[in-house]
Amino acid sequence: MFEQFDALLLARIQFAFTVSFHFIFPSFSIGLASYLMVLEGLWLKTGKQLYLDLFKYWIKIFAVAFAMGVVSGIVMSYQFGTNWSVFSDKAGPVIGPLMAYEVLTAFFLEAGFLGVMLFGMNKVGKKLHFAATCMVALGTFISAFWILSVNSWMQTPVGHVMGANGQFLPGDSWFDIVFNPSFPYRLVHTLMATYLTTAFVVGGVGAWHLLKDRSNAHARKMFSMAMWMAVIVAPLQIFAGDMHGLNTLEHQPQKVMAMEGHYDSHPNGAPLILFGIPNSEEKRVDYAIEIPKASSLILKHDPNAPLAGLDTIPDDEEPPVGIVFWSFRIMVGIGFAMLGVGLWSLLARFRKRLYEWPGLHRAALVMAPSGFVAVIAGWITTEAGRQPYVIYGLLRTADAASPLDAPAVGASLLAFVLVYFAVFGAGILYILRLMGKSPQTGEPGAQHGDTGPIRTAGITPGPTQNLGRAEALPTDKEDV
Amino acid sequence: MDLTVIWAFIIAFAVFAYVVMDGFDLGIGILFPAFQVGSERDRAMNSIAPVWDGNETWLVLGGGGLMAAFPLAYAVILPATYPLIIAMLLGLVFRGVAFEYRWRDPNHRRFWDAAFTGGSLVAAMAQGMTLGALLQGIEVVDRAYAGSWFDWLTPYTLLTGLGTVAGYALLGATWLVWKLDGTGQAKARQLGKISALATILLMGAVSLYNLVLNAEYAERWMTAPEIYFAAPVPILTAIVAVALIRSLKAERHSKPFWLSLALFFFGMAGLGVTMWPYVVPPGVTIWDAAAPEKSQIFMLIGVAITLPLILAYTAWAYWVFRGKVGDEGYH
Repeated sequence: MFEQFDALLLARIQFAFTVSFHFIFPSFSIGLASYLMVLEGLWLKTGKQLYLDLFKYWIKIFAVAFAMGVVSGIVMSYQFGTNWSVFSDKAGPVIGPLMAYEVLTAFFLEAGFLGVMLFGMNKVGKKLHFAATCMVALGTFISAFWILSVNSWMQTPVGHVMGANGQFLPGDSWFDIVFNPSFPYRLVHTLMATYLTTAFVVGGVGAWHLLKDRSNAHARKMFSMAMWMAVIVAPLQIFAGDMHGLNTLEHQPQKVMAMEGHYDSHPNGAPLILFGIPNSEEKRVDYAIEIPKASSLILKHDPNAPLAGLDTIPDDEEPPVGIVFWSFRIMVGIGFAMLGVGLWSLLARFRKRLYEWPGLHRAALVMAPSGFVAVIAGWITTEAGRQPYVIYGLLRTADAASPLDAPAVGASLLAFVLVYFAVFGAGILYILRLMGKSPQTGEPGAQHGDTGPIRTAGITPGPTQNLGRAEALPTDKEDV
Repeated sequence: MDLTVIWAFIIAFAVFAYVVMDGFDLGIGILFPAFQVGSERDRAMNSIAPVWDGNETWLVLGGGGLMAAFPLAYAVILPATYPLIIAMLLGLVFRGVAFEYRWRDPNHRRFWDAAFTGGSLVAAMAQGMTLGALLQGIEVVDRAYAGSWFDWLTPYTLLTGLGTVAGYALLGATWLVWKLDGTGQAKARQLGKISALATILLMGAVSLYNLVLNAEYAERWMTAPEIYFAAPVPILTAIVAVALIRSLKAERHSKPFWLSLALFFFGMAGLGVTMWPYVVPPGVTIWDAAAPEKSQIFMLIGVAITLPLILAYTAWAYWVFRGKVGDEGYH
């Protein structure tokens, strides 16, 4: 089996598959950790039971998503060595320390405080528990910081010198390596993407329960919070994406050429191709719908500015145009759709119909998974767009792979595909089941076991359940 | 002392921390079928639910740290043991998600319990065989693995794999002796005795095999003056082994676990004596594989600041969940 395949192509498919699957979970859990921090903080500040209910509702979902993120993440930390050993050996002295910092400053922080966050509220008290939640949220942020620094260095490598043995070695300043030219843009763009992704999931769940019962107080609060995020963050994200694009134009022009579908140079202002079908054999975009000079206006802020095309790039240094062209349009399209839903919610708020407009709720429900699609599409744009290089301009992907035969890579790829779809498919199903139930007053937390005192609202309501003041809640039996 | 040696000890510490901490998690997975469905299994699972994720993070530090401090070793060992690493990763996927899934889907709890055991067993066996593959030597030419892709499968690696499975089972059983009471504890004690004997026998077998595996290893252990440094290791190991069996018979609570840790510590020290100064026997020393000094210093600053903090808050997390796991649970 797999003998007739190309080992390099299989290794690339395997990395794309495992990293895409992996990133689904952090893109949700980074945002959700912050949301949980906000909910618990609001509960501590106001003492309102509603916030505690929402916290406990979402922490169960967080626990499942986080577990999937952890196990798929460990695969990534070994994938560099198993399938890209030449890359690991050559780039290890530069990116290895950054990844070690990610483990030391982020992974341990998240994992160390996660147990207390999930199961420890009645053991450590409310304040310390909130501190643990904050540490987990901080850990997800620090993790994003380091791993995006690594990715950005591979896109815009600076601050290194070449060793005699072919290794990339750190130069004079680690600051230059960590804060490489594309890093600030990528960090901001990615973090906002995780917040938007989470906001639309939360908003979608709120919308689902509003469609079933528009008086549902928990659903109203979720939906309102999510729509505020959408209307504030979506425009900021579009602006940050534009800045990121300008940075890419400066450092990785051929990626932008592929995104824009510019096979040809345009000395007198380049058109913005809204849609079309890139034809790489003929080197043109078929059936293109264009806005004249708009691309130059966006990228150069001058409608008549010249823009170089892929005709200025040697064929063996061109990225694949079709996939970059399409994934970019999917990402941008979803970004504007998110903005649209955000503005719609603002209109609904002014008309006092935020909770009484089923059309808006249906739109939010449809958009619930859109963040994941946009995030993956964005990563495909940037990763396919830097091909054929793995370290941009310096190390080709083809020269970075492990000395493995196609059957070994193919068999492991098949195993990953089967296991991931089965295991993570089940996990996503469990998450959807949790989301399908509405939050209750006195919502149970992430406690495990039929042996523990699970108190279900409606059947055996606790005596203090609806008092509203957090201090009135029994702390000896309250589990989170 | 030079930085490369310091880094060798840091990586060895990370590997040791992983082996003993995730070792008892995996051991509980391996022994899981022996416990009764219901309270016994739930308590066994709940005794590690708050800490397993932190324990597993040491594996990421071992892998990530190896890439950062000894990139050549990382780039050689992983392709050489490719099927083992993939099997370990997939085993850890099943093991890790089972912690949450078994509670979320009571109708399929049996299945996720089986996944917990199967995943733990595969991961433990693969880790032990990877260690064996490393000890028996990896062929390296031009900074790359040059062997074929079944070199890792030998009687010796099967022995090291089984030894690791038995050792993890010992750690898991003695952890449960500490954290459980009643029938669960009695069962754990019984399993502890069996796995202690198996671990000691397999450790002895691997040690003897090492002497015929590689002439350099034998020389290390059998000739003066090295033998004066090496000899205390097997002697102390034997003393710990006897004390361990006695503590299990004497029905102590936490002592068997601490003695199991000591057994692993001396086993690891023995490995250190055997391998030194190679990171990939028989040809690549720690200095051959080391990252440049600038990388070592940059990371050492991070380790010096964060490692004490990590150990402190990890200890705190264990402290929060101290004591026997009762039915009221922390869940």
